[in-house]
Amino acid sequence: MRTLLDKLWDDHEVLRRDDGASLLWVDRHLVHEGSHHAFAKLKARGGRVAEPGLTYGVVDHYAPTRGPAASPAIVRMIQTLERNTDAHGILCFGLEDPRQGIVHVVGPEQGLTLPGLLINCGDSHTSTHGAFGALAFGIGATEVAHVLATQTIWQKKPKSLRMTVTGSLGPGVGAKDIALAWIAKLGADGARGHAIEYTGDAVTGLSMEGRMTLCNLSIEGGARFGMIAPDEATFDYIAGRPFAPEGADLDRAVDTWRRLPSDAGAVFDREETMLATDIAPIVTWGTSPEDALPVTSTVPDPSRLNGSEADRARAALDYMGLVPGRALTDIQIDQVFIGSCTNARIEDLRAAAAVLAGRRSRVPGLVSPGSHQVKAQAEEEGLDRVFTDAGLDWVGSGCSMCVAMNGDAVESGKRCASTTNRNFRGRQGRGARTHLMSPAMVAAAAVAGRLADVRPLLEGRDAA
Amino acid sequence: MSGWSRHNGTAVALDLESVDTDQLIPARFMSTPRSEGYGGFLLHDLRFGSDGEALADFPLNNTPEASVLVTRRNFGSGSSREAAVYALVDFGIRAVIAPSFGDIFASNAVNNGLLPARADTATVDSLIGYLAGGPAKAHVDLDRGMAEIGGVRVRFDLDAVWREKLINGWDDIDLTEQHRPAISDYRNWRAESQPWAFPAERAAGSSTDAQPSK
Repeated sequence: MRTLLDKLWDDHEVLRRDDGASLLWVDRHLVHEGSHHAFAKLKARGGRVAEPGLTYGVVDHYAPTRGPAASPAIVRMIQTLERNTDAHGILCFGLEDPRQGIVHVVGPEQGLTLPGLLINCGDSHTSTHGAFGALAFGIGATEVAHVLATQTIWQKKPKSLRMTVTGSLGPGVGAKDIALAWIAKLGADGARGHAIEYTGDAVTGLSMEGRMTLCNLSIEGGARFGMIAPDEATFDYIAGRPFAPEGADLDRAVDTWRRLPSDAGAVFDREETMLATDIAPIVTWGTSPEDALPVTSTVPDPSRLNGSEADRARAALDYMGLVPGRALTDIQIDQVFIGSCTNARIEDLRAAAAVLAGRRSRVPGLVSPGSHQVKAQAEEEGLDRVFTDAGLDWVGSGCSMCVAMNGDAVESGKRCASTTNRNFRGRQGRGARTHLMSPAMVAAAAVAGRLADVRPLLEGRDAA
Repeated sequence: MSGWSRHNGTAVALDLESVDTDQLIPARFMSTPRSEGYGGFLLHDLRFGSDGEALADFPLNNTPEASVLVTRRNFGSGSSREAAVYALVDFGIRAVIAPSFGDIFASNAVNNGLLPARADTATVDSLIGYLAGGPAKAHVDLDRGMAEIGGVRVRFDLDAVWREKLINGWDDIDLTEQHRPAISDYRNWRAESQPWAFPAERAAGSSTDAQPSK
């Protein structure tokens, strides 16, 4: 009786030391501009990349989305990645490559992400790839250098947590809301030390895009790993992707992948359950992803909390410029952002466009598709015109305003409704105020000029 | 990285919950080469006003000799940026004591000789209360899993693998090199049993630069 985690772990374990640390084989190593520290470490040792054919570079964190790079430092970061990947014979999806995009969008899109693989990247949202039944986790620069040099990584096996979400999601409620709901319930460190396996009909009913959003946000609840067992939806998504197996190879792979789901009766270290019908469209109000509430709620009152929790809430409200007790839907916004590895796939753009079609945004905003390919697909469907007709800017793909490294930033004191993953202080720029929510909810906020419940705006429309 | 097992220094309290990696080092500083030093970036936007002036009441600004940080839950949550650890280490911090840490942050810390010591919430509460009066002398002992701060003794949790690593200052790449034969055997087995895990080799016969077809 083994869990999905057990199977993936056993399958990649080269050896285990007496102290419990496992040496694991890495099937895919994705690098980006931020990997410069790791390449420098490798160079200092005089080392070579062990498996250039299993290593892929993507320009995303510093990718300009409008015209040329905003500063010489940004140009240098991109050039450094391209120089490092060139020097080691690593394929790099650079700015001009039609396959460029955000690393966690590109991997699945290109068929590099497959069930049963171990995937590492120097980025905490690497858990995204777990949506395919892969063991995918973010690592730091020292670990990136280790993977470059050896194609392996030392890890202690995490505990297993099964998160079961049952029932039907209501209209206007999606993967982002499931994620924010459990993070609010368990806390931003609630799943620390665990690998989450998401299951239940509300999860298996999600599209691959929705599953990626859910797994992507695992780290915001403290879990380095989030995963979903592969099924027919997974196999359908993979078929025909450039780097995916084809023909008899694919058949053989699918046979293997069908054996990955947790065995009936497998025991998890921890179980959590949620009812989909209890989940409403959610927004964050504070400076941690755990500060999340249904949009129908009011701003929390720190005087009803205790000790350090009250202190943190007070500081968060002060930073966010909010008054306790006010309706969340009274909070006026200055701008919107639709993008990031969490919510910039084609389905996310469709969901936002379904709300915005025929309507105007009361505030300015950016829409940054997750990849060149998502951009092309959206333009083919006419979604770009929905956004521009609404008054939003349709820009290039990259991490953009989620991490504000490329010059796309929210100004100090400005309030942004954002489809991203972190509402940390200063994340979108120094002094920026971020409210996290789904793409449909960001679209609703744009139309209202304040935080808003998307559900009335969907009446008589196909939610996409 | 050099190992250590005992440290004598100065402890300060950072009385905040969820000090995330974006606060430890704002993203805009991360294109700087490490050789330039990251200590000045540590908690930059909390330590300095928008005019660049150091804020007099921020604990680290009054105690540049601080080497042990006592803080609240969920320290280092967020991104995998090892630069968050570089900022702490380059400032001179050797140990952080908190009820919980971000998982990726904690492993990055150990890889750079920085101790992420987990202590229960009540202990941290009393330490922070004690340090409210000002910095105090600190002694950290990895072998015994104990710290002593201003006479208050604290037991902390630390994974055995991490303890060994901090004490020995091991370089993982050197360790792993000893297992080359096992890695090579594994690779052969994997290429044989799951050839689709090696797309470059599969494509080598045709085109290595597959164009999108979907």
